[in-house]
Amino acid sequence: MDFETIIGLEVHAQLLTRSKMFCRCSADYANAPPNTHVCPVCLGMPGVLPVINRQAVEYTIMTALALNCTISDYTKFDRKNYPYPDLMKGYQISQYDAPIGRGGWLNIEVDGEKRKIGIIRVHLEEDVAKLLHRTSPEGEDYSLIDVNRSGVPLMEIVSEPDLRSPEEARQYLIKLRSILQYLGVSTGNMEEGSFRCDANISIRPQGSSEPLAKVEVKNMNSFKAVYQAMDYEAKRQRKAAAEGKKLIQETRGWVEAKGKTVAQRSKEYAHDYRYFPEPDLPPLVISREWVEEIRARLPELPEARRERFIAEYGLPLYDASLLTTSKAMADYFEDSTKTAQFGKLPPDRAAKEVSNWLLGEVSRILNANDIDISQFREKVSPERLLGLILSSHGTINLATAKSVLEEMFQTGKDAQEIIAQRGLSQISDAGELEDIITQVIGANPQAVADFKSGKEAALKFLVGQVMRATKGRANPQVAAEMLKRKLA
Amino acid sequence: MKASPDHLTIHEAHRLLQSKQLSSVELTKSYLERISQVEPRVRAFITLTDELALEQARKADERIASGEATPLTGIPVLIKDVICTRGVRTTCASRILENFVPIYDATVVERLKKCGAVLIGKANMDEFAMGSSTENSAFFVTHNPWDLSRVPGGSSGGSAAAVAADEVPYALGSDTGGSIRQPAGFCSVVGLKPTYGRVSRYGLVAFASSLDQIGPLTQDVTDCALVLNAIAGYDDRDSTSVPHPLPDYTQSLVGDLRGLRLGVPKEYFVEGMQAEVATAIKAAIAKLEELGAEVEWEVSLPHTPYALAVYYIIAPSEASANLARYDGVKYGFSYQADNMWESMEKTRQYGFGAEVKRRIMLGTYALSAGYYEAWYLKAQKVRTLIRWEFAQAFERFDALITPTSPTVPFKIGERVDDPLQMYLSDVCTLPINIAGVPAISIPAGFAGSLPIGMQIIGKPFSEETILKIAYAYEQATEWHKRRPNI
Repeated sequence: MDFETIIGLEVHAQLLTRSKMFCRCSADYANAPPNTHVCPVCLGMPGVLPVINRQAVEYTIMTALALNCTISDYTKFDRKNYPYPDLMKGYQISQYDAPIGRGGWLNIEVDGEKRKIGIIRVHLEEDVAKLLHRTSPEGEDYSLIDVNRSGVPLMEIVSEPDLRSPEEARQYLIKLRSILQYLGVSTGNMEEGSFRCDANISIRPQGSSEPLAKVEVKNMNSFKAVYQAMDYEAKRQRKAAAEGKKLIQETRGWVEAKGKTVAQRSKEYAHDYRYFPEPDLPPLVISREWVEEIRARLPELPEARRERFIAEYGLPLYDASLLTTSKAMADYFEDSTKTAQFGKLPPDRAAKEVSNWLLGEVSRILNANDIDISQFREKVSPERLLGLILSSHGTINLATAKSVLEEMFQTGKDAQEIIAQRGLSQISDAGELEDIITQVIGANPQAVADFKSGKEAALKFLVGQVMRATKGRANPQVAAEMLKRKLA
Repeated sequence: MKASPDHLTIHEAHRLLQSKQLSSVELTKSYLERISQVEPRVRAFITLTDELALEQARKADERIASGEATPLTGIPVLIKDVICTRGVRTTCASRILENFVPIYDATVVERLKKCGAVLIGKANMDEFAMGSSTENSAFFVTHNPWDLSRVPGGSSGGSAAAVAADEVPYALGSDTGGSIRQPAGFCSVVGLKPTYGRVSRYGLVAFASSLDQIGPLTQDVTDCALVLNAIAGYDDRDSTSVPHPLPDYTQSLVGDLRGLRLGVPKEYFVEGMQAEVATAIKAAIAKLEELGAEVEWEVSLPHTPYALAVYYIIAPSEASANLARYDGVKYGFSYQADNMWESMEKTRQYGFGAEVKRRIMLGTYALSAGYYEAWYLKAQKVRTLIRWEFAQAFERFDALITPTSPTVPFKIGERVDDPLQMYLSDVCTLPINIAGVPAISIPAGFAGSLPIGMQIIGKPFSEETILKIAYAYEQATEWHKRRPNI
């Protein structure tokens, strides 16, 4: 029997607000010592009360608008009750039946096929404290609590179960993160935990609307992990179905090291969170004026920018898509086109050439060093990159240019400096090449004979010898012309 | 005159301080002396902050000398032990917070300190404000100064008893279903529950967040207005506090009731009400009529009987979440067990008293999946009806007059084994919290030697109106001048 994979994703993104969701503590705790960004409110001391962070609501409205959601006129916060030491009040302030946004979608593209993925809801809640599990020298397990994270604004985005493959799940996350980054509402950093993803995955016979059993997968800490976990689950569930085993509804955890999901300790009872409206916060009325004001301020989003890159810079769809996925990369590209050097490149292919560099050599450096474009930019500004590209039109050849870029990234020096220091500029001057050409002709009588007898390939060999003698600095076109002239 | 604080009100003490006939240190010392005399019999204090009080009194004297005194400067105050005081133990009369010292001041405490008040101690109460007799304190029972074998009411029983016994000129309490007014009535003092949102709840350890409100317990209506002036007003740390204009409440203390329309809701004269209470309240209302008010004696608020049921769903539901933070992990009592879950369970098992556990269970049940609609949601709907009914009544009346409680103070131990009977002693005060409107209890007579309180209920943010009625009545009667013989 053929099965279809059904995936829905639940994403939690920390918002980039200055202060926490319900108090005035700084939400920027990443490099702070434990328990330094705390106050009576986020510590959950007796008697404290929450106050809603307006910026967090605004960011959530922005996101909901960008995801084509309907914004509720009337929203409220609710208490989600469950006991755990990382939850300072014994309940989390969240949103239950009146989320800020609902009923939206986003578009993804897999293998050239466009898919519209539904968004069920976008809501706002608070993050919990962080538990640090330790073992004492005597071998006793214990846990420490770092309350810095407690109360940081957390936005939850729940997709419809519209995703049909691990790759669609991955593309959905890439697209969603890209939108959050464009909006400037979240760093979207999954490894650092500011962007988290849980998945619901099931399979169902083709044509059926009844999935076999919904499995929730947790503990995925990278896009790759989501892809691998979904791939593993889709296969595991199919195998179990093929073997006639009964699939059960359960929660499983992705174990990165083993490359598989494992059933998490089954709960004796289903969670009853006993949601009820948060009495400490009056309902939140979102006026149409506010929504329209926010809508008017929405920045250009990835899809619109991609279309503009095609229209404005004449880039191919492939280039425009890749460049605009990351806002920082698209910014780098656009900033490059605004440099003085850009104007000195051949106008008909200048943009494509910059794109080639960014998607080629620059991306190679990013991958090799596991960094993002903003870190690269700290070393190599768009001006410097364009300076290098311009040098590759005459001063140095392409292979040299790539090695120069590597050095620019390593040392933070500019291209001219490196070219000068290493004496890399191309020799196009016939006078300078004269002696070398004569030597090469003298040292390779066989090749000279071959060329004279009409073997064109011999010329390439001779040019190669000139390049070797000049350590790659000779302008190959000039060298070939001179050889031809001498051997004519 | 001898520098004795006996029966001094805030405004009288203020006059003596201003005219330098008495210093704050002298005043504070004489209250400490009075406390040492009567406290063994009354037992209103959980914590006595005598050293802190004397230190604050010295500062107050400097402030008075510099001519910058407020009406509360240099005058001692007792704070109910459910209101956070920075550096001073705040127990909520619970084992689970027996050694809890807050790291911050409640907004009302901050405001009193700004006024130069002298914090003399923390008052006994029913554990987490859950109770009507102060017998639910985890530590000891407070006695009614009018009859030491009887309860002072609750949950602000320590606050009311201390004011009645002249251990302090005034106190702060909290009122979730009558916890200021019922003990005020039982102890023959003035107790005000302001409009929900009038006084900041920041720093009030939450029992039922949508019902809780802090208010003053004082010896007369003038003092009540003075304290309200100091503690009321918008607070940006409490999203349920309201940025409504803040009047000078002493301006409403005029003796004239002409033109005021008063209604007497018949449902508040409940079955089982003590005859002396009904008689006394009817006489008091006749007095108000005599003072110029128009009285309609047969008003009906038909949803009143449902208020008790609504209250005992909503309040425990909110409490079940509010009390979830006491798990022994962060502060307070912590039971050391072999593992985390056992430690949390045992902390709560030994840390909470029976009534608190009963309410946590009631609330947890009412919010559970499958029961939420039938209990919590239904209660919220009835709550809306009750609020609406009050709003309707206030289109016709400026205030409603009822007894504060159906009976005079009962004997200690009489109702502890019968929660339903205990819950009934709040039957006249609960609907007011459900509706969120303000109400005051003032002395309105005695049955033998036992006090009877009259409740005056106003529309939202009409504290001025109810203070005006209370003041006119007080000035025309002598009840507030009677003192228990202790």
